[in-house]
Amino acid sequence: MSAKKTTKKKEKKQDKMLSPEEVVKYFKDEFKTKIKSAEIKRRTTGSKKKEFVNIWIKIDKSIFKDFVKHLCNLTYPHLAVACGNDFGKTIELVYNFSIYYGNNLQEISLNVAVDVPKSKPEIETICDWIPGALITEREKQEMLGIKVIGIPDSRRLFLPEEFPKDLYPWRKDEQTKKGIEKLYKNLHEGVKRK
Amino acid sequence: MSKELKKTTYQIPIGPIHPALKEPVMFKFEIDGEKIVDVDVELGQVHRAIEWTGMRRNSIQIIYLAERICGICSFVHPLAFCRAVENACEIDVPERSDYIRVVHGELERICSHLLWAGVAAHEIGFDSLLFLTWEVREKALDLVEYLTGNRITKAILTIGGVRRDIKKEHHQKIKETMDALKEGYKQLGHIFLDDKTVKMRSQGCGVLSYEDALRLCAVGPTTRASGVKKDVRADQPYTAYGDIGVDYMTPDIITGEVNGDVYDRIIVRLLEVKQSIDLIEKAIDQMPAGDLVSEPKIPKLLSRIKKTKGEGVGRDEAPRGEVIHYVKFDGEHDEPFTWKVRASTYANILPWIPMLKGEQIADIPIVAASIDPCMSCTNRVAVVNNLDNKKYMLNKEHLHELSIMKTRRLKHK
Repeated sequence: MSAKKTTKKKEKKQDKMLSPEEVVKYFKDEFKTKIKSAEIKRRTTGSKKKEFVNIWIKIDKSIFKDFVKHLCNLTYPHLAVACGNDFGKTIELVYNFSIYYGNNLQEISLNVAVDVPKSKPEIETICDWIPGALITEREKQEMLGIKVIGIPDSRRLFLPEEFPKDLYPWRKDEQTKKGIEKLYKNLHEGVKRK
Repeated sequence: MSKELKKTTYQIPIGPIHPALKEPVMFKFEIDGEKIVDVDVELGQVHRAIEWTGMRRNSIQIIYLAERICGICSFVHPLAFCRAVENACEIDVPERSDYIRVVHGELERICSHLLWAGVAAHEIGFDSLLFLTWEVREKALDLVEYLTGNRITKAILTIGGVRRDIKKEHHQKIKETMDALKEGYKQLGHIFLDDKTVKMRSQGCGVLSYEDALRLCAVGPTTRASGVKKDVRADQPYTAYGDIGVDYMTPDIITGEVNGDVYDRIIVRLLEVKQSIDLIEKAIDQMPAGDLVSEPKIPKLLSRIKKTKGEGVGRDEAPRGEVIHYVKFDGEHDEPFTWKVRASTYANILPWIPMLKGEQIADIPIVAASIDPCMSCTNRVAVVNNLDNKKYMLNKEHLHELSIMKTRRLKHK
């Protein structure tokens, strides 16, 4: 058996908890007009009508990396996943963070949206702040054709090697539709290997 | 350095496909003697394009598609999807169905954790324990069948509620099953926590530190075993968990310390089985009367969803950790504009790397299984020597044999 590795348990530094309004204000004070919109949504559940909070923030691409750094300074977030919407001329990326977990029923779900132009779909990596973002960033590269600048590992994740290099399945334009249709039709004849 | 003294490392690819695999994963190990130096994980061997398919279906059809994402988490995936749609369209859920959702969610956790415990016992060559565990699990599955009509794919959820009630005449059978589970738990808890064989294979093995768990965004029992308090049921109120109250289960409740090893992951899952039995009893006791769904007419529900323009996120705690679904509706179409699913194993892939580094080949099955990845079949293993390119083929049975041999070796020391 390998030598017993022990983990020193460090108590998570107790950050002062801000209310959802204060969280929004914290970012607005720092980034001013670069925060394009912010919305707080509350929903209640169960018979005691306890509420949970979703914050939806839309920010400018230029401050994205600073925003994540700023968020890490506030409290260390958990990144669940990054989603993507293809709007034709732009692609919207939505990063789903959650903050203040570990405090009973106090968690806030923070959804950060960034628009990137489809002609130059680039975004900076956040792996240096949150190493766990690597899987979802790699997925966005192959599925939506986003170029993640500075990503530590840029290989494909889910798609096979023989899948066409310029076809991004989650895009919604004509080119993708035709490309997918062609693959779909050839499915039973086998995809040609290079 | 002269050529003779040059250190040789081997590459072992493990995976990806076996007919029985639920979730094929390909590992590439860099091996120095018996020790694992580096690990690379390749995913995507069964990418079924479920999200792509879902974006061509309406929301009611997606519930049944979401149910088939995973064979074991067939309740939590549709639940996350339903909650995402309910959040996006602001559809309310009747209180009674919130409680029924808790009962089914917790039954699924019991089935899944017991399934895992059996697999873990099998991986270290303790097959009598496997049969004992699955015998207990069978009782929970019988109850699921009794309540929903199916053992696995329950088809109980719909947007804005549940489809079948838990009636008075069901209570007797639920009580009997819970008593039987408590009895089984006592026996299993004793074997898993005190048995010498389990201890020597799991203590100090596959360690994930607190920092790594936090930074790599691990979820579920994997992260709680490293001391990170993260459990969606306790973090945010959803369904009736906010009313009933859920505690974070960390291994220090039993041992007084957190090591983050395989043993700790066993403790967390066992504690959660007990917690789930508790939660089911409380949910049955406190269940209020009322409707099952807020909108029984499906066409009306669909037209409301069709008119919605907006996005929503649904999170919940699956047996393996947080599941999150994201939906966006454009206000014109039946089908969602975007549907994104993130299952819990997706977030637990990166933590595998620090866990496996420094361990031995014979530890691969138990460490890989310790995050409960829907992946325990490690078939088609080839060992390739970098220098002379000799190939040796190892298969799943051989790897399993190695694991059993290690248990025997340790026993007779």
